[in-house]
Amino acid sequence: MAKVNMLKAINSALEISMNENPMACIFGEDVGVFGGVFRATSGLQEQFGKHRVFNTPLTEQGILGFANGLAAFGAPTIAEIQFADYIFPAFDQIVNESAKFRYRSGNEFDVGNLTIRTPYGGGIAGGLYHSQSPEAYFAHTPGLKIVVPRNPYEAKGLLRAAIKDQNPVLFFEPKRLYRASIGEVPEDDYIIPLGKAQVVKEGSDVTLLAWGAQMEIIENAAKQAEEAGISCEVIDLRSIIPWDVETIAKSVTKTGRLIVSHEAPITNGFGSEVAATIGEECFLHLESPIMRVCGLDTPYPLALEKEYVPDALKVLAAIKQSVSF
Amino acid sequence: MSNPNNVSQNIRHDLEFIDGHALNIPTLKVLHADGEIYPGAAEPDMDQDTALHLYRTMRFIRALDERMQAAQRQGRVSFYMQCLGEEASITASAAALDKNDMIMAQYREQAALRYRGFTLEQFMNQMFSNELDPAKGRQMPIHYGSKELNYMTISSPLATQIPQATGYAYGQKVKHVDKDTNTLSSQIDNITMCYFGEGAASEGDFHAGLNMAAVLKAPVIFFARNNGYAISTPADEQFAGDGIASRGVGYGIKTIRVDGTDALAVYAATKKAREVCTMTGEPILIESIAYRVGAHSTSDDPSGYRSKQEEADNSETCPVKRFEAWLIKKQWLDLDAENKLNEQVREEILDALKVAEKVAKPELIDLITDVYDTPIPSLIKQFEQLETHIKKHPQAYPTTSGRLK
Repeated sequence: MAKVNMLKAINSALEISMNENPMACIFGEDVGVFGGVFRATSGLQEQFGKHRVFNTPLTEQGILGFANGLAAFGAPTIAEIQFADYIFPAFDQIVNESAKFRYRSGNEFDVGNLTIRTPYGGGIAGGLYHSQSPEAYFAHTPGLKIVVPRNPYEAKGLLRAAIKDQNPVLFFEPKRLYRASIGEVPEDDYIIPLGKAQVVKEGSDVTLLAWGAQMEIIENAAKQAEEAGISCEVIDLRSIIPWDVETIAKSVTKTGRLIVSHEAPITNGFGSEVAATIGEECFLHLESPIMRVCGLDTPYPLALEKEYVPDALKVLAAIKQSVSF
Repeated sequence: MSNPNNVSQNIRHDLEFIDGHALNIPTLKVLHADGEIYPGAAEPDMDQDTALHLYRTMRFIRALDERMQAAQRQGRVSFYMQCLGEEASITASAAALDKNDMIMAQYREQAALRYRGFTLEQFMNQMFSNELDPAKGRQMPIHYGSKELNYMTISSPLATQIPQATGYAYGQKVKHVDKDTNTLSSQIDNITMCYFGEGAASEGDFHAGLNMAAVLKAPVIFFARNNGYAISTPADEQFAGDGIASRGVGYGIKTIRVDGTDALAVYAATKKAREVCTMTGEPILIESIAYRVGAHSTSDDPSGYRSKQEEADNSETCPVKRFEAWLIKKQWLDLDAENKLNEQVREEILDALKVAEKVAKPELIDLITDVYDTPIPSLIKQFEQLETHIKKHPQAYPTTSGRLK
């Protein structure tokens, strides 16, 4: 099996999807002949033509408005927002339109064919407008699914699932890992089901939960904790909505401890929802309070990024605090 | 324009600004108030069946609007919106379409839906949000939709349908792209009609939708209903340019302004627009001028922001009467018979209202259906908790408790 980076894996999922349905379209800012600013759509316009892979004018609300219409028509619709930081002009089209299209019409119409791809997260010296992790805003809107992959294999299988899923899906791609994460990816088509978390490493003392780029951080922290004699169970949530309560609850029932970590600000981050739910589900099994290792409640910094991010050392400190509570 | 900036090359050496109102946009009028065709105007090719269907639709909507406005005042429905004054604008434009063209409307376009065959019962079931409403009682009155009639379900947020219409129309075009050559293989068979008001045209979605349609070439008719008011805000507090039509030129879109009280002008312009859309795959902007004779909605009282005199001055030309005069001139209409028919319609409306208001509300399960294609696990759990709670306190939730299994 070939080892490829995450961009190649995403590109492969897009190519398969374009071949699968002659109505499928990919569009967004600079996705055409240039292949996207990160090159995720590289070569696709050449292969599938300008009618199906194309640049749009610079208008995120327009991209999502257009996408809702095209998806309602029945075409597999893959819209790219160049940076998740710039998704907010499209917020109304996503939360008031995509999310409610099926519900408000009683299933007369839907935009289940819609997939929104967008790079998110820090680690590229992008400052406050090229680093945000806005998943929690969308997790508060019924009708959307939200997916975040952690490596090339996951990215391809989850993106294929997102495109085939008959609900609008927001697919957040960890841009820090686009080229940095390399792994074996089958050339053929495969699907990783949405809504299922994955236990990446089994352990007995504490459960560590994250998604996307933050998985690398908690896996690193787990390794260091093992050296200190603490056994960590590491879980990738994969889907933010719907999220796999069962797998997390089962793990926490076993370990008695949970640490959730994400780059987004701690207040009202998705970690809050996880903590509240697992608090209810596993109350009698908990040995220590559920902890969150997250970004501060500030805009994403630039010069002080290293201080801001929930790095492995902060996660390790939380692990030690949790087991010695 | 083959230069990097995509601009015309018209070099001058004397400094002069182009005036913000340099375009002197004409308004197409075909039908005179007395039923005669204006000299120089071409009578559109409209057969008698189409003409009568158009006429009866306008009168039906006027009757429905009057009855439902009254029903709202009696507290029988929570909300209503009339299209008084705009009947010709909406009905005649819908009449110029193919029935398989998609209509994406704003909210005041019930006449277009009726023209396509939406039944009185369907109107009522939606307005009474009962269990026969296909949208399962989820939206306020007048938010109609019908897949069968290619009428996209109405969404309250203004202008969101504009870029969506561009996307939908783009799909109607991509359908004709050859899979092997990646080129358009045939003429486009269907287009999208997008209605919106002059107020909604201030939203960012308007700009996004028109610009994208022009650049990406989507076969959509943007039909701006300039009725002079966005609730209470008059058009001169909405924009400073020459109506909405002037903007079409800015986007590089073929544009026309029509008298919206003139059914023949609206019909002719829309018919031609559709022809251009299907031939070229490009969008068209139509600005239709017709005064909003009624209130914005039943929640609005125009006496707070405009005079009776203004209303009288601007509603002299009744769009229904004007079209009626033409039909009589053509000897296509027996007015007495039509008036009798209309009386019958008015009674049928009251009867249908009485039936629909007694139909049960949707069942509890419809609280969670259609949020996703199938309910996600968390939603199933929430539903089960709610169901258990309602079973414990059935008297507090009489709408649904009696039908729980």
